[in-house]
Amino acid sequence: MSKQAAPTKSRVKAEEQPGAAAAVEEVTDHIDPAQLDEEHAKQKEEQKNRIEAVDRETLLKLLYQMILIRRFEEKCAESYSLGKIGGFCHLYIGQEAVAVGAISAIRQDDYVITSYREHGHAIAKGVSADEVMAELYGKSGGCSSGKGGSMHLFDADVNFMGGHGIVGGQIPLGTGIAFGSKYKGTDQVTLCFFGEAAVNQGAFHESLNMAQLWKLPCIYICENNQYGMGTSLDRAMSLQDVSQKACAYELSSEFVDGMDVLAVREAVQRGVERARKDYLPTLLEIRTYRFMGHSMSDPGNYRTRAEIEKYQQRDPIKLFTASLLENGVIDQAALDEIEGRVREEVEHSARFADESPLPDPKELYTHIYADE
Amino acid sequence: MAMMTMREALNQALREELERDENVFLMGEEVAAYQGAYKVTKGLLDEFGDKRVIDTPITELGFAGLGVGAAMVGLRPIIEFMTFNFSILATDQIINSAAKMLYMSGGQFKIPIVFRGPGGSAYQVSSQHSQAIESWYAYFPGLKVVMPSTPADAKGLLKSAIRDDNPVVFIEQERMYGNKGEVPDEADFTIPLGVADVKREGKDATIVARSLMVPVALKAAEELEKQGVSCEVIDPRTIRPLDVETIISSVKKTNRVVIAEESHPFCGVAAEISAEINERAFDYLDAPVRRVSGADVPMPYAKNLEDLAIPSVEQVVKAVREVAYLD
Amino acid sequence: MATQVVMPKLSPTMEEGQLSRWLKQEGDKVAMGEPLAEIDTDKATMEMQALGSGVLRKILIQEGESAPLGQLIAVIGEPDEDISALLSQAGSAQPSAESKPAPAQTEEAETAPPSDNGAGATVAAAQPAEDKSQAEDKSQDGGRLVVSPLAARMAADAGINLRSLRGSGPGGRIVKRDIEEALKSAPQPAARPAEARSPQQPTQLPEIQGASAYRDEPMSEMRRVIARRLVTSIGPIPHFFLTTEIEMDRAAEARRQINEANPDSKISLNDLIIKVAALSLLQHPQVNASFQEKAIRYYESADIGVAVAIEDGLITPIVRNADKKGVRQIASEVRELAERARNRKLRPEEYTGATFSVSNLGMFGIDEFTAVINPPEAAILAVGAMTPKPVVRDGEIVVRQLMRVTMSCDHRVIDGATGARFLQTFKQMLENPLLMIA
Repeated sequence: MSKQAAPTKSRVKAEEQPGAAAAVEEVTDHIDPAQLDEEHAKQKEEQKNRIEAVDRETLLKLLYQMILIRRFEEKCAESYSLGKIGGFCHLYIGQEAVAVGAISAIRQDDYVITSYREHGHAIAKGVSADEVMAELYGKSGGCSSGKGGSMHLFDADVNFMGGHGIVGGQIPLGTGIAFGSKYKGTDQVTLCFFGEAAVNQGAFHESLNMAQLWKLPCIYICENNQYGMGTSLDRAMSLQDVSQKACAYELSSEFVDGMDVLAVREAVQRGVERARKDYLPTLLEIRTYRFMGHSMSDPGNYRTRAEIEKYQQRDPIKLFTASLLENGVIDQAALDEIEGRVREEVEHSARFADESPLPDPKELYTHIYADE
Repeated sequence: MAMMTMREALNQALREELERDENVFLMGEEVAAYQGAYKVTKGLLDEFGDKRVIDTPITELGFAGLGVGAAMVGLRPIIEFMTFNFSILATDQIINSAAKMLYMSGGQFKIPIVFRGPGGSAYQVSSQHSQAIESWYAYFPGLKVVMPSTPADAKGLLKSAIRDDNPVVFIEQERMYGNKGEVPDEADFTIPLGVADVKREGKDATIVARSLMVPVALKAAEELEKQGVSCEVIDPRTIRPLDVETIISSVKKTNRVVIAEESHPFCGVAAEISAEINERAFDYLDAPVRRVSGADVPMPYAKNLEDLAIPSVEQVVKAVREVAYLD
Repeated sequence: MATQVVMPKLSPTMEEGQLSRWLKQEGDKVAMGEPLAEIDTDKATMEMQALGSGVLRKILIQEGESAPLGQLIAVIGEPDEDISALLSQAGSAQPSAESKPAPAQTEEAETAPPSDNGAGATVAAAQPAEDKSQAEDKSQDGGRLVVSPLAARMAADAGINLRSLRGSGPGGRIVKRDIEEALKSAPQPAARPAEARSPQQPTQLPEIQGASAYRDEPMSEMRRVIARRLVTSIGPIPHFFLTTEIEMDRAAEARRQINEANPDSKISLNDLIIKVAALSLLQHPQVNASFQEKAIRYYESADIGVAVAIEDGLITPIVRNADKKGVRQIASEVRELAERARNRKLRPEEYTGATFSVSNLGMFGIDEFTAVINPPEAAILAVGAMTPKPVVRDGEIVVRQLMRVTMSCDHRVIDGATGARFLQTFKQMLENPLLMIA
């Protein structure tokens, strides 16, 4: 069992803030600003070092994907407010480095399965922005033919195994997909993403136990954005070091900074290697932060503006862009060019979604059973 | 034809399908080394090894979901619940994942999986281990639900269920594992899902019965024959998709229906069948459709109370006499 | 929102319906699915169910009135809702032929049984009541028919009037076996449409031993409409009455002479009346008939029911073939039947299945009365006392024995003139008994 970069300090104020009542009365920062600044500076240094080890093409691709997801989600927020997107819409803004970094570490034929905050994962795995947006618009051109919506993006062609709507529900599924790879004797691995709130579900514990018991090639990626909807980690979890929970099942685990796309990439690469070579599972706790509400309908009154702003200073895209500029990998012109291409792709996706026809009414009764 | 128990017929079906298709594997609590809590999986570990026949921890939600995930990538899992009482822990995966995956992925991911095991009333194990929950699963589009009542049906239907590309909930009646019957010898004997079987022909009243209630209905029919009432006994065998046509054509012939079931009456399968008859054969009814269901109570432990909670031959006879206006 | 109640299509061939009875009055609360009214269609009387809930605000057609399909006949709404727009609309616009009538039956043609069968089904939906007492309450609820769906359909097919049956099921529910019983005991009444068109109807043999043979002739549409309308105006049998006064001097004289010749077996005037009635019936077969659901039945012989008062009621033994029997034979049969009637010794076939009845209250000094028809017969003759009265004959006042008779007629079968002609024959024959042998 290896364990790196454990949190330097335990989560603050758990004792000073007993129970929900206090949290409702007074919303306070859950993060110590001094600690954040220190981490930020350290992180920047580390990322500069990591850049050296990665080729330029990959670096540009990572940057492009992160910006694409950011702008895509901003477009979603706009479309949602225009009523073009219905239902729940969970945005990924702030967490882009996790999906992009992790998925950059696997092959096209590997599997990704995740929760309902999955627009970013789908795009990173290779589902086209057009098809994702059309799905959000409930159109027939969507990657799930308009039947899944925001929470249920699927694309069998790129082994994107879905967004799943019940917290933790995808964890046994990901375990089963990994079981399938081992059963068939392939070396495909599965990345199974979930939020830290899913860790409290039985499905998480049952899955980790089976995965290690049967040595299944699954990398469990806990995206710890520190809030389960409106409930902060310290109000929901007794032992808040998620990576430590791997001990219970003798899993390898790591704690990873989710604001550094390259740190995520490297950690996942280590997990993938274990999985491919030895059919071994890994648990990664990737610390991140969501800049938007839980969903579009979230009033966000459980955390302060100051806290969000503090985190925004560590915005993974800003951080990565600065590092690339400082290391001379790109210049402002290249950055502008990327932004331009992203804007075009996002605008195209919105146009595609607008123009895509609604599902035919007869589709109501298709795909219920496989042998129709 | 060979005479065997339902347990042996199920065991044969599992063996033949494991033999036939490499992608089929069997997973559940005590299915391998222990040889099956009810001995349905006896001998399979020795024959197919621990890659294909897998003992699980007691982790129903986990291995049910694992099965669904494996089915997403082309395997054909058979997930055994030691009893269906424990499947309640796994309902999120059966309902939210298995039943809906094909639909919400726009047809991309089919889930060829069988959830099987004993269900229905057992013998004196009280409320948590003795209940019929088929109506839960039958409620959901995307799932198929099968309940055999004879060894031959058990074998033929289980083989079809394993070959089906959809999630199938296959409920074996715990009290019926030892029931004997003729099973065809043909190498590839299967019975299609969704086809009811007329277990006995008659003209005065129709008794629709499934699972444990089929032998009860047949005994009632015998008794009623002596009283001059000729009963048709129909076993839907598959609860979903339900072969409504066979039931309706029988009702059109006999004009009277009794539906026997061991499950609770409220929101049950009999209620659904009754609604179908009402909608499709109203003008052929000479009497209100009558249900004979298990008592609407948790299953009690005491033997006398337990007997009262499960529909009896006498209750079915009485109900038929009522719809035939004989009492 | 107010619900418009329109004349519903209740059978495939129905073009207009007649409002037979409102089951709710203006101001009554109405729940969705509750029976609102009984509608007469060309096929049967059917219950119309409310398709909305609220209060029955306005009734637009009265009982007995007809309306084409789709015409607004009532409005259900909230107690305080303004329905004036709806009402003014109703006044101005008649529905076009194409206007879609309210669906009364299931629209799923492929799963529904043939819809003319379906028509019977809503006559009264048997409530699958889980509670028997509830079912029984329902059966007593305002004479509401309780009938199984199957029995309703069978009755509609066979043209059996459900109200003529007694149900043997729980709470009086009419069930399959009751219809089968009715079909067995009544000769096939319902002319199948194909048969109905054939001009020559074969003579049928009756089920009751010794009763008259008959032939059924399908009713004309006009006859059907006359029948239906009249029923709705007074009870199930629309009666009308014809009265005439008869000079009985010659008849009395004839009787005297017969009795003088046979002092041991005397005849009464009533026996003579029976004989004369029978002979008149042969001359007027339209009166020797009965109303069936889809046909008028004409009898070949005159079987006369004779009302006999017994201790706690009345029974009508029958003189079969009275037209073919001599008066003395009639007299002896009547004596014998009346005797056994008083002793309750009559067999059912001796008092079932007359083709015409005579009721005589002359012995009680009744001058004139009307009698109630004994179904399914089409007429009954009420005979009053014979009394001497002054009359003008050839310009002089003379005394004559006068007797008043009143015939009650079933207007569904007999029209005024038909009945009058019969009475004319009857009167002539009694006033001149020689005509009996003419």
